[in-house]
Amino acid sequence: MAIKTYREALNETLRTEMRRDPDVFIIGQDVGKFEGAYRVTQGLLEDFGARRVKDAPISETAIVGAGIGAAMLGLRPVVEFMTINFTLVAIDQIVNHAAKIRYMFGGQVSVPMVIRTPGGGGQQLTAQHSQNFEHWYAHVPGLKVVAPTTPADAMGLLRTAIRDNDPVFVLENLALYNTRGEVPDGDHTIPLGKADVKREGSDLTIIAHSRMVNVSLMAAEKLAEDGIEAEVVDLRSLRPLDTETIVASVQKTNRAMTVEEGWPTFGVGGEIVALLMAEAFDDLDAPVLRVGGEEVPMPYSKPLERAAIPSVDKVIKTAMRVLE
Amino acid sequence: MAIQTENKEQLLELYRKMLLIRLFEERAAQLYTQAHIGGYCHLNIGEEAAVVGTLTALRDTDYVYTYYREHGHALTLGSDPAAVMAELCGKVTGVSKGRGGSMHLFDLDNRLYGGYGIVGGHLPLAVGAALAIQYREQDDVVMCLFGEGATNIGGFHEALNLSKVYHLPVVYICINNQYAMGSRPDEDSAVPEAWMKACAYNMEAERVDGMEMFTVREAAKRAVNKVRDTRDPYFLEVETYRFRGHSMADAGAYRSRDEVQEWQRRDPIALYAARLEEEGVFDSELREEIDSSVEQEIERAVKFALESPSPDVENLYDNVYTPQDWE
Repeated sequence: MAIKTYREALNETLRTEMRRDPDVFIIGQDVGKFEGAYRVTQGLLEDFGARRVKDAPISETAIVGAGIGAAMLGLRPVVEFMTINFTLVAIDQIVNHAAKIRYMFGGQVSVPMVIRTPGGGGQQLTAQHSQNFEHWYAHVPGLKVVAPTTPADAMGLLRTAIRDNDPVFVLENLALYNTRGEVPDGDHTIPLGKADVKREGSDLTIIAHSRMVNVSLMAAEKLAEDGIEAEVVDLRSLRPLDTETIVASVQKTNRAMTVEEGWPTFGVGGEIVALLMAEAFDDLDAPVLRVGGEEVPMPYSKPLERAAIPSVDKVIKTAMRVLE
Repeated sequence: MAIQTENKEQLLELYRKMLLIRLFEERAAQLYTQAHIGGYCHLNIGEEAAVVGTLTALRDTDYVYTYYREHGHALTLGSDPAAVMAELCGKVTGVSKGRGGSMHLFDLDNRLYGGYGIVGGHLPLAVGAALAIQYREQDDVVMCLFGEGATNIGGFHEALNLSKVYHLPVVYICINNQYAMGSRPDEDSAVPEAWMKACAYNMEAERVDGMEMFTVREAAKRAVNKVRDTRDPYFLEVETYRFRGHSMADAGAYRSRDEVQEWQRRDPIALYAARLEEEGVFDSELREEIDSSVEQEIERAVKFALESPSPDVENLYDNVYTPQDWE
C-alpha cells in the first residue's frame, strides 16, 4: 500500500500499462509537451516518446475518430479529452461509431479504446466547462462507463478499461485529482460493472458516483452523529450497472436515495429509482428521493455556484425526508 | 497508353467487375421494390468506373473505409455477391450477419473496414487506421471514399488536417456524383471544386473524369503509389454521376431528364467496352460469355439471399460487447 493522489494513480496506471503493452498509446490535446491540461500525463512523453504520446490539434472529432480507427486495427488508444464538455463536439464519433462498430458489422471487429476525461463543477469554470454527461454515454449500448472516486479505484478501473476489448468511457473529476488515498501495490485491477459499498449502514442507502460519493460519505458521518447509519454505495460503473449490489443494500436498509452532481432530470438517479421499483418495491419503507445539481446552467459567482452543486447539507436534508 | 500496360485477363476482369456492379444493383432495385430489401438502398449505377478504377489500384493488404453507397465497393474488393445480397436482404448469411444492411457492409477478409452511414463520419476512422499502420511501421495504405457532399462537414476538415499533420498514408477518394441528395456542389459549397479543399491542408490533389475507367485507374494507381512511397495523404476527386436517385425513395425532381440523359451518353461500362473492342481485347462472343456468367452469378446471389435464413431472434444481443480477457 502507498498513499497517492488520484492524479498520481492515473498517471502511474498509464505508465505501467504502456510499459506492459506496446499497443497502448495516448492521444489528445496537449497530452505531451504540456503534460496534460490537468497533468495526468505528466512525464509520459519523456518516458515513451512522441510515437506513443501523441499531441493532437483541437479536433475532437478527428482525435477520437483516429482512436476508433486505430483500435479497429488492434491498437489500444487512450484518448484524453480535456474536459467532458468537449466530448459533445465529438459525440457522433463516440455514439454513432465507437458504440456501433462491433454490433453493426456482425462482430468482425472490436474497438478497444479508452476515453478519459474529467467532469464536474466547483472550480468557477462556469456554464460551458462544469457539466456532467457521463449518463448520456451510459445510455448507449456498446459503450461502458466507469466513474472512479478514490485513487485506488481510479487505478483499478483505468487499468481494466485499458485491457477491455470495447470502448470504455472513464469519467474523472476536476475536484478529485488532488485527493489522496491508499493504493494497492502491484497489478491492481477492478472488474467493470462492480459497485463498492464505501460505508456500511443499516438505516438508509445512499447511492452515488464520482465526487458525490465523497459528499455522501461526509453526510453519512454527520448523520452518524445523530445515530443514523447510512450505507454508501459507490456505483463505480454506470454501464454495466451493478444492480445486485444496489438491490442487496436496499433490501437491508429498506430506504434509499441517490446523489449525482449533474441535473437529476433524466439522470442517474432516475435510473436507480426505476431499478428499485422493479426489483425492490416490497423492500422499500419510503419513497426513493434524488439529489442532484440545480437545474440551471452553472453560474460563475462563487455563492451561486456553491448553491447549484449538491452539498453535504442537501444530502442530509434529503436523507431526513427519506427517514421520516 | 495505359491499356497497353495491362494484361488481357486483367482488362476483362475490370469489365466483369463493372458489369457485376451494374447487374447487382439493378437486381437490388427490383428486390427493394418487392420488399425483400428494406431501409435505405443507395445504388452505384453510373459510378462503376469510379468505383472499380479506384479500388482495384489497391493491393490485398490495404484497408478501405467507405460510405453507405458501397455495394459496388464490396463487390470490387472481392466480397461474395451472394453474401452482399444476403446482407441487403437482412439474412444471417450476409457479410455483416444481417446486422448492418445495405449501408453497413464489412468484410474483414477483403479489408473492407466498413460502410458508414453518417456523412463524413468515417474519415477520422480512416485516419486512425492509417495511424495504426504508421505505428506498426507497415507500408499498407488506407483508401477512404466519400461523396462530394461530405466535404462540407467538419469531420472532413479535421481528418484531412490531422492526417497531414501526422503524415499518414491515407488516399482520399472523393466520388463526386454531382448531387448531395438534391444539392449540387455549386449550390452547397463556397468552393465547389472538392479537390481544392485538400489544397487548404497542403495536400496534393487532383480531379479526373470518373466515367473513363482507365483515367480513373491510372490516377488511382498514381495516388496509391505516391501515398505508399511518401507516407503522406493524397486527394483524388473522381467526377461521375449517379444514374439513379440518391436512394430508392428519390423521384429526382431536382434534376432534368436531359441532364441525366447527357451523362448516360457517357455510360462508363459502354465506354469501357467500346475501348476494349477498339483495342481488340474483346469481341462480341467473348463479351456475351462474360455477360452471361455475370448474370448467372447475380441469379445465384439472389437465390442464395432469398433462401437464406434470417438471424435468430435469440441472438439479438450478440456482439453488443466483446468477450473480455479480464473476465
